[in-house]
Amino acid sequence: SQAAWCVLPSRVLLVLTSQKGIQMYESDGSIMVYWHALDVTEHPPAQAVFARGIAAAGGRFICVGTSSGPVLVFDIPHKGTNVTVSEVLEEHRDAITDIAAELGQAPDGAGDVVTADDAGTLCIWSSGEEFTLLNKIPAFGCTCSSVKLWNGVVAAGYGNGQIRLYEAATGVLRAEVSAHARWIYALDLAPLTGKLLSGAEDSFVHVWKLSRNLDTDDIEIEHCHAECVTDTQICGARFCDPEGCSFAVTGYDLSEIFRYSQV
Amino acid sequence: VMNDIITTMFNKKFMEELFKPQELYSKKALRTVYDRLAHASIMRLNQASMDKLYDLMTMAFKYQVLLCPRPKDILLVTFNHLDAIKDFVRDSPGILNQVDETFRQLIEMYSSLSAGEFQLIRQTLLIFFQDMHIRVSIFLKDKVQNSNGRFVLPISGPVPWGTEVPGLIRMFNRNGDEVKRTEFTTDGNYVIPQREGSFDLYGDRVLKLGTNMYSVSRPVETHMSGSSKNLASHAKESIAPNPLAKEELNFLARLLGGLEIKKPGGSETGFRLNLFTTDEEEEYAALTRPEELSYKVVNIEATQEPGRRAELARILGELEVAEPRPASSGKGEDLL
Repeated sequence: SQAAWCVLPSRVLLVLTSQKGIQMYESDGSIMVYWHALDVTEHPPAQAVFARGIAAAGGRFICVGTSSGPVLVFDIPHKGTNVTVSEVLEEHRDAITDIAAELGQAPDGAGDVVTADDAGTLCIWSSGEEFTLLNKIPAFGCTCSSVKLWNGVVAAGYGNGQIRLYEAATGVLRAEVSAHARWIYALDLAPLTGKLLSGAEDSFVHVWKLSRNLDTDDIEIEHCHAECVTDTQICGARFCDPEGCSFAVTGYDLSEIFRYSQV
Repeated sequence: VMNDIITTMFNKKFMEELFKPQELYSKKALRTVYDRLAHASIMRLNQASMDKLYDLMTMAFKYQVLLCPRPKDILLVTFNHLDAIKDFVRDSPGILNQVDETFRQLIEMYSSLSAGEFQLIRQTLLIFFQDMHIRVSIFLKDKVQNSNGRFVLPISGPVPWGTEVPGLIRMFNRNGDEVKRTEFTTDGNYVIPQREGSFDLYGDRVLKLGTNMYSVSRPVETHMSGSSKNLASHAKESIAPNPLAKEELNFLARLLGGLEIKKPGGSETGFRLNLFTTDEEEEYAALTRPEELSYKVVNIEATQEPGRRAELARILGELEVAEPRPASSGKGEDLL
């Protein structure tokens, strides 16, 4: 199950995914705006059925991934409950792991949505009444567990502990980081500074800094900081502010949320 | 005892049932299946010993699943379990065959799953074990568990197969040429693994998780937080037999010789396994077990929920419980 805030210009919705389907609530949690049941018959028999990966895109849509590969695109009205399925994106063959929308300023042709799956395939889309597939980045043999998009740069975290940066407009690999010794569970990005947060089962949380120079076409990543949460497999990590000066961390069997701040 | 338990566990119908795609068992269902398996021979355990054995099994399995370096390694752990079981019955070709058959089914069904699918299985298992922190003395001694019940996660050692040692950043230009290379350091101290474990019917699994914890005689106390201090600070080591450890059969034989036979009514005879040092201790453990840790084992006839009863009946219907055999006066020798 997942929960995510989807911030659209007109409203904020809380989207929850589970094995049964997708629920959308008003931001105070008071009213369920929409319920979408997952069609079990559309999935191969004896396979787990679930929705996973949530992102608000294009100021109008909410994208949710499914366990058989298709991505559901919901058209969200300014207010009220008249949510409709605008499109089903059928490019992935494996369970969707994560979806991200552009958090900064996309350069021309870079698209504004990226979807990732269990096999490690990434798809870059341009949102709209009809989504356009701009690039498909083939898998290299490992699950892509989480993905972020910023200034036309895709940051992808993998099950083998690697972080990769791709150029969204071309699909070209621009950086490879041997970041963690175990499965990366979480990536987050602070849009005002380009700071990237990664959390993994190896107990480590790392803060990185992405930079992109559009004139020189340099894309760089540098390591800023590491924290080890002793004896904890990190399951979630999020920046608490858009500059990335503080972040929160959760882990398996942990009843607390740890918060770290820059002094 | 060993043969009976393993024969029951790998019974064809039971395995067929297990291999069907299904949700994870509820905690009650799992405990009930476990109870039946543990009693699939002439061996009997009282509530307290049964609870203790189940605690041990639960925490050991949790440890193995949690520490798996890669999600696919849960399959290697399973193979380690099966390798050990095969060794226990290596002189009984009939049972050995049953185990091999299960081995083949596992290979067929699971070998081709993706890392993501294995991780989903692993996450589902970990959710089942979430918030269980029973302290196991063998783990405490080996420093794999802290005194607060949490497992130690080492930040050194070999990285999983397919992962690089953390530290390198490589940057490329548009054409794919490497233009910059930097390094970062952490407290971790990782090394490259030597080789990958084998997923074949026979082979070196490389991974140690899932191998016999009791290949050397070890104390097997479990401690629950908030439980009586008397039990926790008991000076004597309790060298309790693990029913699946062939090396412990000698101890079992001695136990049989010394224990009074419990005759549970009628003509059935058997021996009772006590995982505590004395009967009184066992009774005391039963009385003082914290409420939140009681397993509430379901008596299948007594359960109220029809759905639950049907689920259990289906599972247990596949488990044939061996009739306890009458014990002779030289029963210790018979078992060896």
